[in-house]
Amino acid sequence: MALGPYASFIVMSYALVAAMVLILIGWIGFDYRRQKARLAELEASGVVRRSGRSVGDLG
Amino acid sequence: MTLTDLANPSRFLVLTARILPWLAALTALLLAIGLVQSALAPDDYQQGATVKIMFIHVPNAWLSMFVWGLMSVAALGTLVWRHPLADVAAKAAAPIGAAFTFLALVTGSLWGRPMWGTYWEWDARLTSVLILFLMYLGLIALWRAVDDPSRAARAAAILTLVGAINIPIIKFSVDWWNTLHQPASVLRIGGSSMDRAFLVPLLVMAVAFSLLFVTLHLAAMRNEILRRRVRTLQMLQASGRAA
Repeated sequence: MALGPYASFIVMSYALVAAMVLILIGWIGFDYRRQKARLAELEASGVVRRSGRSVGDLG
Repeated sequence: MTLTDLANPSRFLVLTARILPWLAALTALLLAIGLVQSALAPDDYQQGATVKIMFIHVPNAWLSMFVWGLMSVAALGTLVWRHPLADVAAKAAAPIGAAFTFLALVTGSLWGRPMWGTYWEWDARLTSVLILFLMYLGLIALWRAVDDPSRAARAAAILTLVGAINIPIIKFSVDWWNTLHQPASVLRIGGSSMDRAFLVPLLVMAVAFSLLFVTLHLAAMRNEILRRRVRTLQMLQASGRAA
């Protein structure tokens, strides 16, 4: 696949999109683990929701 | 499961836990197919291989507007129906929409340099998309600046609805004003003017990026629901200590 004289523009575009998508996936995954950990920590300290459901019920 | 069930955040979390792996797998598959088709697409007779930038630029540009449209519907859900997930949906969508808008601007700029001879031109299309990006950042800042979630939700909803005026301006800017940017060639009266060799990879990439958005959005909504539960528990803990 020859990309011609403007190959660097094409490659940079795809690389930027890939990097941004990976950053989004990483950020959302990290945030999920952080919130689950904070919820588990709070529940372990004895604080419970009025519904009485635990972090394990949250999917 | 009915729509009313989805209004319950706990049921929403159960549903997302079930469908997210499938959505992620389908997104990865479609992205792989789209990337192969983009790589195999022929060179354009005028643009050469730089036409390949279109396959990532256009889906990001479409999504940058679609996400604000979705946030506008969610804003109505917050202000009119007071749907419990409406603000969650809008707040979770904003950073993803901002990322798509940023990518539309940067890939457009990288496409513009070899084709137009410039990275940037202050014309109606580019300027209105830049304004959209700044509005996304403004909304994100607003949610972060206001501590009370219900006050932040109302203010953000109003700002989102005001900002929605920009969406038709972006869409029709190429018809209303003289611009370097080409007019619509896919979503236009009379059908697409694009050759199948380019249209098929473009549509596959558009569906793949749309699925990517749905996957990321559902995951971000799940995080936002958990964040609000953490906040509630922290307040319960603080009030328990105070008592």
